Amino acid sequence: MSTAERSRSIWRAALALAATAAVYEAVARSGVFPPALLPTLPAVARALVSTIADGTMLAHAFHTLARVLLGFAMAIVVALPLGIMMARFRPVENFVLPLASALMPIPSLAWVPMFILWFGLGDITSILVVFYAATFPLLLNTWSGVRAVNPLWLRAAGAMGADEQALFWKVIIPGASPFIITGLRQAFLRSWIAVVGAEMLAASNWGLGWVIFDAKEFLNADVMLASLVVIGAIGFVFERLVFGSLEQVTVLRWGMVRAAKG
Amino acid sequence: MHDAITAPAQAVDFPTVAREPAWRVVARTAFPFLVVGALWELVAHLGIFPPRLFPSLEQIASAFVRLTAEGILPHHALDTVIRLLTGFALAAVAGVAIGIAMGRSRLAEDVLVPLVSIGAPIPGIAYAPLFLLWFGLGNLSAVLLVAFVSAFPIIFNTWTGVKAVKEIWVRSAQAMGADDRRLFRRVILPGALPYILTGLRLGLAQAWRILVGVEMLAAVPWGLGWLIFGAREFLNTDVILAGVAVIGIIGLALEKLVFQRIEEFTVVRWGMMT
Repeated sequence: MSTAERSRSIWRAALALAATAAVYEAVARSGVFPPALLPTLPAVARALVSTIADGTMLAHAFHTLARVLLGFAMAIVVALPLGIMMARFRPVENFVLPLASALMPIPSLAWVPMFILWFGLGDITSILVVFYAATFPLLLNTWSGVRAVNPLWLRAAGAMGADEQALFWKVIIPGASPFIITGLRQAFLRSWIAVVGAEMLAASNWGLGWVIFDAKEFLNADVMLASLVVIGAIGFVFERLVFGSLEQVTVLRWGMVRAAKG
Repeated sequence: MHDAITAPAQAVDFPTVAREPAWRVVARTAFPFLVVGALWELVAHLGIFPPRLFPSLEQIASAFVRLTAEGILPHHALDTVIRLLTGFALAAVAGVAIGIAMGRSRLAEDVLVPLVSIGAPIPGIAYAPLFLLWFGLGNLSAVLLVAFVSAFPIIFNTWTGVKAVKEIWVRSAQAMGADDRRLFRRVILPGALPYILTGLRLGLAQAWRILVGVEMLAAVPWGLGWLIFGAREFLNTDVILAGVAVIGIIGLALEKLVFQRIEEFTVVRWGMMT
């Protein structure tokens, strides 16, 4: 793409965004819809700034992040070793795989009513829903990643005198890492959906999902849109910065990119 | 070796593993379920948890049979599936059209990519309260939200697919005198199809994951999500678990019956994928 074409693309993109914002603003100001339902953009910006300034938005974001990271960490602790064991030991695979295939098609949010009854409203329910959502993509990707390690590498390392431990840390883990990182990414995307849904259903006073749902009761559409912005921003940061840089320091550095694409 | 001789066809598929008789495969698959089921029964009958909260498998099965016989469970399931398919059909039509426009026209691409990229990273369920506020409780909100959420993967994959059609195919079709319509129907659409199907598959999976949650929030009159959420109020855990089982069965059926079939019929047949 030439420079002229690229700058034309950027101009068009900026124009498209500006035009969309202008149309939205015009509709919001025209009074066709009540302002409580369709707040103007300055109102949304004000709600965003004021909730950030008084710390409430940060506290909500902190609660949501804490839940998602706890559930995610639990999923890593369970699913990574289990996935590796499934790939290395056939009895484990025979036992876990049918169960995982039966549980996987059940959306994590379907467990919310049951978890509410078992664990009450609040943190534990949301964390467990996140755990459920994150476990399966991680488990299956780890499993296929370890299975996909080139047997030639294993034999070569063995021939060069690598013991079991070295084989595991130096060959299997780096070899499976493109799949594992894909699994982590998918798992995080699903956890992020799950935590917002779980917070709406299992309300507990704190959390971004809860804010949105609570704002609906009071017709605070500006607060809802402001929280949507925050939710989108955090999701974007995790996807691009956290997993992007994780990929940089592992897969790209080990020269595994081609495997990651294949 | 004996096994390999009795079933040579299968031995080709699994060269490293000795061929197992069918009953062993069934037994091996059933074994983990038997273990988990037995543990569940043990816990339920020992009375560690109150029986209302931890029903035995017989209770869940009898709730399932009772609700199915009364027609309640099929009605809920049918409404959920109709909602899913309506929303998904909207998303498929709109998503493929937008994706193709983005892939074929530079202008559409420049205008739409920033808009779509802003909407995509926000998890779909987060829009739910906003949709409820705008379109009211009930069916309309649920269907529109499902359509909105599943449109994103469809748009992105269709766009990628159209852009991935080999330039040389397009040029040779043009050189052989294909007009725009034939170019589109005979070259671009089949060429982009593997991507479009991947997008549809991801979109449907996304729609399915969201729909159950949306049904709980939107207070629709019938629907599996509403069934299990409503049953919670009356501590009907047997109904909840029967509902969750049906949700799992539908999810599995969607994956195995719908998409694997479509893929076999089109992509594999046209030789786009093996």
